[in-house]
Amino acid sequence: MISFENIEKSFYQQLVLKRINLEIQEGELMVLLGASGSGKTTMLRMINALEKPDSGSIEISNKKIAEHNLFALRKQIGYVIQKVGLFPHYSVFDNVATILRLKGEKEGLIKQKVHKWLDRVGMSASIYGHKYPAQLSGGEAQRIGLARALVAQPKMILLDEPFSALDPISRVKIRNEFRKIQQEEHLTAVMVTHDVLEAVSMADRICLLANGEIQQVGTTQEIIFHPKNELIKKFMKGDQFQASLASVSLYEIQKYIKEQSILENIDSSSVLDFLQNSDSKFHSEVLDAFYKWKEANT
Amino acid sequence: MNSFYDFLIKNKAEVFKQLMEHIELTLVSLCIAILLGTTIGILIVIYQRSTKTVLSIVNTMQTIPSLALLGFLLPFFGIGVVPAIIALFLYALLPIVRNTFTGITEVDAAVKESAIAMGMKRSQLLFKVELPLALPYIMAGIRTASVINVGVATLSAFIAAGGLGKFILQGIQLNNTNMILAGAIPASLLALFFDAILGKVQKSSLKIIRWFSFILFGGVLVYLLISGFQKLNFSSDKKELLGGFPSEFVYREDGLKGLFKAYDFEMDYVEMEIGLMYQALANKEVDVISGFSTDGRIRAYNLKTLEDNRNYFPPYQAAPVARRTILNEYPELRKSLAQLENQISNEEMTVMNYQVDEEKKQPEEVAQEFLKNKGFLSKNKKSESKSRTIKIGSKAFTENYILAHIFKMVIEENTALNVELKLGFGGTKLLMDAMKNDEIDIYPEYTGTALLLLLETNEKERRDLFSNPDKVYDFVNTESQNQFGFEWLPALGFNNTFAILMRHEQAKELGLGSIEDLSDY
Repeated sequence: MISFENIEKSFYQQLVLKRINLEIQEGELMVLLGASGSGKTTMLRMINALEKPDSGSIEISNKKIAEHNLFALRKQIGYVIQKVGLFPHYSVFDNVATILRLKGEKEGLIKQKVHKWLDRVGMSASIYGHKYPAQLSGGEAQRIGLARALVAQPKMILLDEPFSALDPISRVKIRNEFRKIQQEEHLTAVMVTHDVLEAVSMADRICLLANGEIQQVGTTQEIIFHPKNELIKKFMKGDQFQASLASVSLYEIQKYIKEQSILENIDSSSVLDFLQNSDSKFHSEVLDAFYKWKEANT
Repeated sequence: MNSFYDFLIKNKAEVFKQLMEHIELTLVSLCIAILLGTTIGILIVIYQRSTKTVLSIVNTMQTIPSLALLGFLLPFFGIGVVPAIIALFLYALLPIVRNTFTGITEVDAAVKESAIAMGMKRSQLLFKVELPLALPYIMAGIRTASVINVGVATLSAFIAAGGLGKFILQGIQLNNTNMILAGAIPASLLALFFDAILGKVQKSSLKIIRWFSFILFGGVLVYLLISGFQKLNFSSDKKELLGGFPSEFVYREDGLKGLFKAYDFEMDYVEMEIGLMYQALANKEVDVISGFSTDGRIRAYNLKTLEDNRNYFPPYQAAPVARRTILNEYPELRKSLAQLENQISNEEMTVMNYQVDEEKKQPEEVAQEFLKNKGFLSKNKKSESKSRTIKIGSKAFTENYILAHIFKMVIEENTALNVELKLGFGGTKLLMDAMKNDEIDIYPEYTGTALLLLLETNEKERRDLFSNPDKVYDFVNTESQNQFGFEWLPALGFNNTFAILMRHEQAKELGLGSIEDLSDY
């Protein structure tokens, strides 16, 4: 669906992306994971041509980006960013309707679609339609941002740290809701984040970036339990990850382990290894929960 | 206050007319500035390489003093409404350009990015996102511009463009406070009114702003069309000579009205600032102006002085005027200044004025050169102890500056007295007050000016006096001594009276030699 071939890019003579090759499959949720400055956002912005590579090419639906009509292409790619960027002078309804109007659709149809998508992100049009962005909370605004990105029924959606400015509770909620929509709509999604927990809880596959290079591409389990090099191990055990773990409830962890069905697919000893090697008290609680769960299931 | 009210009531038609002219000047220039200013603001956002250059040009425009700008425009656009509107437009440009630019640049980067990522083209981004969000800034710029324009528009009276500045200008020249207020108060109210209206609009919704701009531009357009048609209708019969006179001359009893009466003719004229008049004549904006007979610009612009063959204008012979007490105390003063009797001819004074006004020499230098050529500075300078300082005053124009320097040099050459100059008094009255208070000892004065102050007689008597300059001199000398204790020292020789001026070629072409001849046109 989306493929990067030998992409290179530098800013101010500094190479930020080196020989990037990546295939993103139709319908999968690919997370670009990395610390800040790793080049993940630049990669994402190349997909809707907000950035141009210095060399190499990107193909979308087997056609090079340069051969696409830029404006038509962008209309097929939803885009969600951390700061949301709702139009402050438009009502919620008009914000969501803008892209449909750009495409020249009929007002009757637009109304129908906007209402449907506002409902799907949990923001009823009758309550929120006439409000203005300044009247919304951060979580509400990002839901509108999602509706705006989805209303034109794009094949792809790009998300740049979409939930990281939200409070932990609404973050987890909106994450799960988005994942559900993404799977139902069979959307190809590329999400940038530096939050390991967010990555492991959402991704079909993770592409881990560091120093402008792809370190490893693989499923969540592969990345956690079979890290290719020391850099990845360090990253996955880093303070950030622990802090992320600490920010969700035990229940969430249990649910996550269940949902991801980690045990069915991978060697349970490496899970134990992973959890035992981490030294936080919190992790031992997770470990207890894990044993209990295992007992109940065998 | 009551007399001000009476003035307003009495002149309400004129006040209304000037107010409408003022609104016309302000709104027309504002509309042009809005159209061009926002366009320039948008262009410098898109072509960022030009941003700095354009902003600094527009900035510089703002720093040009208003009167100087009107002067710059004169050779290109002449006088009247057009150059005034251009000047106002140039002033209004900066706030609008700058605010448009800032407003667009300040739009949240995330909002712009969302719009671009949604597939908006540059124009869609501009009209759907950037401009609507920049609108409050742009409106604030327009608001600033309108207030500036109402203020600067008062100056367009200097180039005969009308407006409330006419009252202010005349009021200052005629020392008529009510007249000044009749211009100044409506102008301030107008500025406040624009500020309030635009402030309201600025805070209201897009829809109201749209309606407002529609009404504003529509109104101005309709107005321009109507006035354009009127001008077309009237422009066919434009063969008469056009006069350009300063407001003071127009409104004085012994000015234009009297001139028309004395010579029994009338002509169309516009009111103008003295400083711009000569240039307007040279540029063929007007055909006849009133000036002063020793003005350096007569020479600079090669102008013809029409002969005052009916002796309408009083003689304005220049002479040093001194306090009698100081003359009695230092008789050598009288003696030294008496040397200047009949030493400066009209021609010589005109040349000196020309050297200062056009060749940009210092008055002091010109005075020294003149005295040297005349042989006044031949003696070696004495260096005795200077016992007393004599103070010489002057009014604020070139000729007076030169004369003051001449007096100073002659006194210092011939006496042991020290001289201090106190130049640039705002008017005759101020100088005379300073003389009465012993702050000034000597100053150059003109017989005609003193006559107006000292004499309140009927027209007939005045005219009898006018025909004989010596009689006038004797009269003012006697009266000054009696009334104030000021003595007139011997006259310097030249006569700087009012002069009716034309371009040499035109006067020749039409065969005009005297003011009398004007009545044929």
